[in-house]
Order: sequence, then structure tokens, then C-alpha cells
Amino acid sequence: MGWFPQTISGRVYAVILLILAPAPFVFEWINQPFYLDLLSRALILAIAVVSLNLILGFGGMVSLGHAAYIGIGAYSVGIPSYYDFYNGWLHLGLALSVSAAFAFVTGAISLRTKGVYFIMITMAFSQMVYFTFLSLEEYGADDGLVIYSRSEFPEWLTMDGSTSLYYWIFGLLLLSLFFVRRLVHARFGRVIVGSKFNDQRMQALGFDTYRYRLVCYVISAMMCSLAGMLLGNFTGFISPDMIGWARSGELIFMVIIGGAGTFFGPLVGTIAFVLLEEFLSLITVYWHLIFGVMLVALVLFGKGGIDGWLSLMDRKRADNG
Amino acid sequence: MAEQLLNIHQLNKHFGGIVATDNVNLSVEQGLIHAIIGPNGAGKTTLIAQLSGQIKPDSGEIEFGGHSITGYNTARRAREGLARSFQITSVVMPMTLLQNVMLAVQGTSGHSFRFWSPVSEDREMATAALESLAAVGLDDRADRIAANLSHGEQRQLEVAMALAMKPRMLLLDEPMAGMGKEEGAMMVDILNSLKGDITILLVEHDMDAVFSLADRLSVLVNGHIIATDTVENIRNNHEVQKAYLGDGHA
Repeated sequence: MGWFPQTISGRVYAVILLILAPAPFVFEWINQPFYLDLLSRALILAIAVVSLNLILGFGGMVSLGHAAYIGIGAYSVGIPSYYDFYNGWLHLGLALSVSAAFAFVTGAISLRTKGVYFIMITMAFSQMVYFTFLSLEEYGADDGLVIYSRSEFPEWLTMDGSTSLYYWIFGLLLLSLFFVRRLVHARFGRVIVGSKFNDQRMQALGFDTYRYRLVCYVISAMMCSLAGMLLGNFTGFISPDMIGWARSGELIFMVIIGGAGTFFGPLVGTIAFVLLEEFLSLITVYWHLIFGVMLVALVLFGKGGIDGWLSLMDRKRADNG
Repeated sequence: MAEQLLNIHQLNKHFGGIVATDNVNLSVEQGLIHAIIGPNGAGKTTLIAQLSGQIKPDSGEIEFGGHSITGYNTARRAREGLARSFQITSVVMPMTLLQNVMLAVQGTSGHSFRFWSPVSEDREMATAALESLAAVGLDDRADRIAANLSHGEQRQLEVAMALAMKPRMLLLDEPMAGMGKEEGAMMVDILNSLKGDITILLVEHDMDAVFSLADRLSVLVNGHIIATDTVENIRNNHEVQKAYLGDGHA
């Protein structure tokens, strides 16, 4: 079977994609709509995590404020809907343009700093977004905003119904994964990755790395806003709670669980995170404690995350002949 | 008189009370290897850093290829053809040699806001990179990871990257630093083979290497250039011997 990947990691990812593709029909068949909901939520987050991984994993820019772009995407659906504007292209355009503008301005400032300062300043900017939405009484403030109807698209692209929405999510996820892969292997990606390891050298080679990093940050933010736009449609309800800095922290965890700077790591990391969270909370009310211990152990011992383990298995197999 | 590629006018740099660069005037002729020698702490690396744009001078002017580049940042100077290597090895460690050198090719061949075509399929860039690797004798190890190289090989890689930028001038900050005798001799051969094609400003501690390579010598003491002349004349210069070479070299 030439089309099927030969490596263990490749096979695992192929199987995951093959399971995800027909998921709505499987869950309908076994009559478990709850699992489709869970999976939809996980894959929406996965788009956000893929976008974060682009700057964090490949670019070395640890942003603790990426949830802000989920918020911008979600409110790009919520606020127009509040005024009865349900046009999906409008929502999509708003999400992409507002997130790009916000990322351009805040990124231009944040990227002047490095390390811990970058983490803190991205968090500060995202908290600005959080408190802005929190103070907007018109749009529900901390009570949130109900979205009564999904973004309207032409018939063949409709988001109505959980199956259609799932394929919107799955489609955008695949596009994000594919796009990041092309980007990283292209000239642009080489600059981003090189700058992560040795920024001074990259400048001496003639790259204005600041510009490339800024553009990368903006691209990542726009991708993340797509997750927000989907989330608004999925939950039908948005509130500032969705975008606090704790959510940004969770996104970082998902990147690390899956394997920072890998192509499929963010997807498996997010699925693992969401499933663990879900099932641990079914077992015990103290699940936060178990979950916390697991995360600490993973950060301490699990270098490279899930993708790292799979690659390790591949290397061992290669060594054994 | 031959054309001056680099002209430095009255360059000054202070760090607090310390004078790192003191009214430096220097011209580097096209096609020559011009070495800067001087005792530790004389301000050689600070001077190189100002030429490559990592450090801004307090005052003074740097002219390259006939126009001022004082206001340019590091990246722009590199694209103008002023390439530097680092005293402490500075390559992208997790990448292969080929990938490292291809980055150098990429840096000086147009912008990199190209998001779609894989670099690995760019034959033209790979060929150019392999040429530079061959020039330093590393082409047989192109697919090794930079971090797994010996120190000497990493220094060679450093030079290959600088060459791949097709510079008009190379700023080499102690290319022989930490090298064994054999590796050092190889580096001298490499630099000798570039002579005439590329103008080189060389900072180096290894006096044998400097004397065998350089066409011109400038002596930097306490941030000030006390003499610039041919190797022969510098060796016989009484002032220089007193200030610098006197302690065992002359």
C-alpha cells in the first residue's frame, strides 16, 4: 500500500484523520450526538492550537494571549448577529481583518521584547481584549451574548446542522494543517525557524527578522480567529469567559502535549487534552488535581510530547533494522 | 591608487566611561586582506560589530562601496554585500550544513515573503550553497546536522555561510579561534584562495596566520588605530613593537 505512511507516527496520524473524516455518521449511527459535540469542540480548539504552534513551536514566540483571537473571531459572529446581520462572509471577513489589525499593532510592540517579557506583554494585550468585552454592556458584558442563528453561507457551504458545522471545522482544520506545512517548508518558514534558533545570525545573513516574525504573528492570529468564528457558531453563545488568559495557557499546554514545532502534534495534543479533561471529570470531582499532576509529569519527562514519543519509536525501529 | 571599498571616518564608541572606539579612521582597499591586530580589549570586536551594524557608534561615518551605511541595520548591510562571521560560532545548530548555507543564499537573493514553494526543491539555491560548502571543503558533509560537527568544521561552516552571501567584503572575527594547528592551516588556505576576489577585513590573534595572509595591517590599541601599513613595515615599526608586538612577538 504505497499511499499509506510507512512510519509509526505517520500511520497514527493517518488513522486519526481516517477516524475523524466520517465521525458525524458514525456517531449518528451509534446514536451518540454528545460525542460529536465533544469532537467538534476539540477540533475547533485544534485550529487555534495549530495557529499557536506556528508562532510558538516553529517561531519560538511564546504567546500567552492567543485566546484573544478566539474572542475576536467569536465576537465577529456575535456582534453582527446582535444587529441581525447573519451574512457568513461578513463574519468571516470581520474575524480575519480585525484579528489581523489587532495582531499587527500589538505584535509590532510585543515583538520588540523577548522571552518572559514577550509572554507577559502578549498576556497583557489579551487581557485588554478580555476586559473590553467584559465592559461592553450592550453585548451582554460578563453575561455573554446569545447567537440565535448560525452564520449564513450559500446552500452548498451551509453551517446549519451539526454535521455541516463539523465539516466546516474539519475542513478548516485540514486547511490550517496543510497551510502551516507549506509555510514552514517555504522560504518564509526557513526564516522563522532560523530566527527561533539564532536571530542574530539571521540578521547578519540579511534577514530583517522582525518583519518576518511580525507577519508570522499576524498569520497565526488570523488562523486563530477562524477557530473563534467557528466556536461562536458552535456554542451559539459567547462570553468573555472563553478568552481569559487561562484559556491561552491551556492552548500552550495543548501545543506542548502534542509536540511543539511538529505538524500533527497540535491536533493530537488538543484531542488528548480535551478527552482527558472530559473523562477525568466524569471519574472524580478532584480531576483538576490528577490532570495537573499529569501535565507536570509530561512537561518534566515527556520531552517532545506525543509526536516526540512516536518519532522516538520510529527511530528505535529504524535502529533495529 | 586602488579603489577604497570601506572608509571609516572618525568613529567613536563609549561604554560608560570606557572608550571602546577612539576616533578610528580606516580605509580598506578593494581586493586586499586587511588585518586588524591589537591586544585583548583593544576594541577589535566592538569595531567589527559597528561595521556590521550590531552596535551603533556614538559618532562617525561608515562608507561602503561609495555611500554611507551608518544608518543601515545589520540585515541591510548584509544585503549590501558586507558579510560577517562571528568570533563565537553562530550557526543554526539543529539544521544541516546545506540548510544553513542555503539560508545564507536565501538572505541575499530577494525577499523571503514566499509562503508556498518548498525550499528543498529549489535546485538553484542548493547548487549555490554546495559551491560555498565545496570552497571550504565541507561539501561531502552537506547533510550532517551542524550541532554534530567538530569545532573546526563549525568554523568552516561559518565561513561557507559568509561566502554564500556573495559578499563584496567579509568581516572575519577571529576565524581561527579555538582551532588546532591543522584546522588553522586549512583556514589559512581557504582564506588565501579567496584573496583578490573578496575584500577581507580580518581580526585575528594568530600572528603567523595574520603575517601569511594580510596585505595590510592596522594596529588597534585602546580603541585607537596607532598604525596602518604593509606587514613588513609594521613589523619594523618601533612604536608598534613597543605598544604591542614587543611582548614576545617581535
